[in-house]
Amino acid sequence: MSETRFRTMKDLPAAHLLGTGTAMCAGCGGLEALHQIYDILGEKTVFINAAGCMTLLAIYPYTPFGGSWLYSAMASAPAGAQGVRDALDILLSKGRISPEEDLTAVVLTGDGSAYGMGLSAASGTIERGLDFIYVCYDNEGYGNTGQQHSGATPHGARTSTSRGRSGFPGFKKDLFAVWVSHRPSYAATVVGSEPLDLARKIEKAKGLRGPRLILALAPCPTGWDFDPAEAARIGKLAVETGVWPLKEYFDGRVTFTRAPKKRLPVEEYLEVQGRFAHLFHPRRNEVLLGDIQAQVDAAWREAESQGLPEK
Amino acid sequence: MSRTMLTGNVAAAWGARLAGIEYLPAFPITPQTEIIETISRWIETGEMDCRMTTLESEHSMVTAAGAAAAAGVRVFTATSSQGLLYGMEMLYTTAGWRAPFVLVNVSRGLSSPITLEPDHNDILAARDSGFLQLHCATCQEVLDGVLVAYRLAEDERVRLPVIVNMDGFHLSFTREPVEITDAAAAARFLPPFDPGNLGFRAGAPLSEAVAVLGGSPYSYFRYQVHLAALNAEAVFPSIAGEFHRAFGRPFPAVETYRCDDAEVVFVMMGSFATKAKAAVDRLREAGEAVGLVRPVMLRPFPSAALREALAGKRGIAVVDQNLSPGRGGVLHTEISAALQGCAGPSPVLASFVGGLGGREIASEEFCEMAAVARRAAAEGRAPEPRLLFTEAERKEMRNLQAIALARGARERRP
Ligand SMILES: Cc1ncc(C[n+]2csc(CCOP(=O)(O)OP(=O)(O)O)c2C)c(N)n1
Ligand code: SF4
Ligand SMILES: [Mg+2]
Repeated sequence: MSETRFRTMKDLPAAHLLGTGTAMCAGCGGLEALHQIYDILGEKTVFINAAGCMTLLAIYPYTPFGGSWLYSAMASAPAGAQGVRDALDILLSKGRISPEEDLTAVVLTGDGSAYGMGLSAASGTIERGLDFIYVCYDNEGYGNTGQQHSGATPHGARTSTSRGRSGFPGFKKDLFAVWVSHRPSYAATVVGSEPLDLARKIEKAKGLRGPRLILALAPCPTGWDFDPAEAARIGKLAVETGVWPLKEYFDGRVTFTRAPKKRLPVEEYLEVQGRFAHLFHPRRNEVLLGDIQAQVDAAWREAESQGLPEK
Repeated sequence: MSRTMLTGNVAAAWGARLAGIEYLPAFPITPQTEIIETISRWIETGEMDCRMTTLESEHSMVTAAGAAAAAGVRVFTATSSQGLLYGMEMLYTTAGWRAPFVLVNVSRGLSSPITLEPDHNDILAARDSGFLQLHCATCQEVLDGVLVAYRLAEDERVRLPVIVNMDGFHLSFTREPVEITDAAAAARFLPPFDPGNLGFRAGAPLSEAVAVLGGSPYSYFRYQVHLAALNAEAVFPSIAGEFHRAFGRPFPAVETYRCDDAEVVFVMMGSFATKAKAAVDRLREAGEAVGLVRPVMLRPFPSAALREALAGKRGIAVVDQNLSPGRGGVLHTEISAALQGCAGPSPVLASFVGGLGGREIASEEFCEMAAVARRAAAEGRAPEPRLLFTEAERKEMRNLQAIALARGARERRP
């Protein structure tokens, strides 16, 4: 990323483009990431939204977006991007709009849609090589409906549909790998608490064409049960414990953009969130804590065994 | 004018070609697939300048269709039965977007049990979606219907998507003589799409389909869809009149056949109405004053035209090629409602359900239905609704059941 215009924090945009006063919760990590993403993608965009928390960004007659917006449904935002992109291409080729009037189609979706109901539509658009950016804010559950577990919920987390002593029995799906298996133009994981890393990736994605994934971990005070003021710290801990590896896929290779030299123990990330409180109280669940740590270690060992270069 | 033998599917493709469609989001399903195959061939040979995208489902297909229409291009798409239902969420959604495009549905009975043959439960499931509906009875009407549908959809007083419906097999795969409209005349009747205020452009931001809070704005936008659909009823006669003058073929909202002096009429939609027509001819030969009323437009519901067509009739046999379990025929309900509170003596309605999954409706059955309607009129009392099924069919079903239930039936299967 030597060619980036974002060398230090000072190079990041000073003011946000996206309007404030939305219906999102205080400390929403998804909104924080979206602010940073929008600052770089800008207003020559049309956001095609899938049902989720962010649907409530635009409530008639208000919108925080300076550019365009189309709410679709939970399952088919990528198909909406397909229709818009195809139409813009037709209009461009016939000279009915000028190249200056062209827009970038951006899907804005939650994890529930991205990892589940909307996966077939997303897979279809990647396979067709659609020129679009796909932004998933991953709050690891169906947030808008009260944080039921989704295909993105991590092992052991308490959700409104996994309230037992061991939390969610399933395992988080690897959406990044699902995308990479489709050989898109670009895929990256980001988190709002690492703005420089995020800005560089959005800048890079913006300069490319074809299907591009931005998968943003979205610490969610409401669903994860933590104080809104802690959102940035939790995002940082997700990276430093190795729970959320910051990486990108480009040109057939996966690169780690921020591999921690020495990973902090996972429990430092878990113990600050109410959704994992049952792992610590009334007594420590050593087995489950050990399992979760082992999963993170195994994922990193696998990455290292493949000799994945680090920047 | 020369006519060409075309299947209903190829007639639909010709309609799309003459309409100068710019975008075809597609997904295969029997008996519709020939439509998208035909258009894709014309795109490959350069006979059509259109972009085709095969989506991975009808849900996505309808989404892409609506999104592209909302972005300002002329869109055509097609599906059938399971596909129409798979895309149902997006039928309601794109109608709410006020995205004007045309979808041809090739009617086919719905699962379960799964079948390929036609009835109207698929299209009627979309009745309240906000799409307008035109129901065709001939291959010519399919071609004409597509052109008329674009004029309706794109009219600035309407701005709603339209479904043009034809029956699977009976029209989709049946060749009939069709006059392929002259391209220049079609272009005069249907000029290029003027998207007006639709479209996404840099420098002209647009928020479409945003959330609303509370029932008032929600009601407002839903009422707008309803009022726009009612506008379609108002503008339809002038569009159809223009079509008639341009091509010499009528395209009525309600077709009437030998109705003027009829005492008893059949009310039916789609290609099976042709069977009713033949029955009308035979009954007329036998000296009976029988006619046919066929709603071509189902949404908006042409109440006024239907009342006019049915005024003064004594008995009405509504033959529904659909079934609302627990209620009966959908068209019967709609016709009853339309006649409610009309001035003058009210006709007696007899309700019949037939033609499900392509079941034949025989000539004798039409005679019997006319007789039932006539008797009911004489008695002044509506008869019990009837589900058409003959004694012979019942026997055949018993045979099939005996085979299905017999031990070792699996082994005996060829
Ligand atoms: C077809 C359909 N099923 C269910 C819903 C209800 N629903 C709305 S938002 C939502 C949760 C979406 O979860 P996610 O994609 O993770 O977004 P988040 O709410 O977490 O922002 C659900 C289930 C819907 N809108 N559409
Ligand atoms: S529930 Fe979570 S993701 Fe949704 S708005 Fe609130 S903080 Fe953001
Ligand atoms: Mg979510």
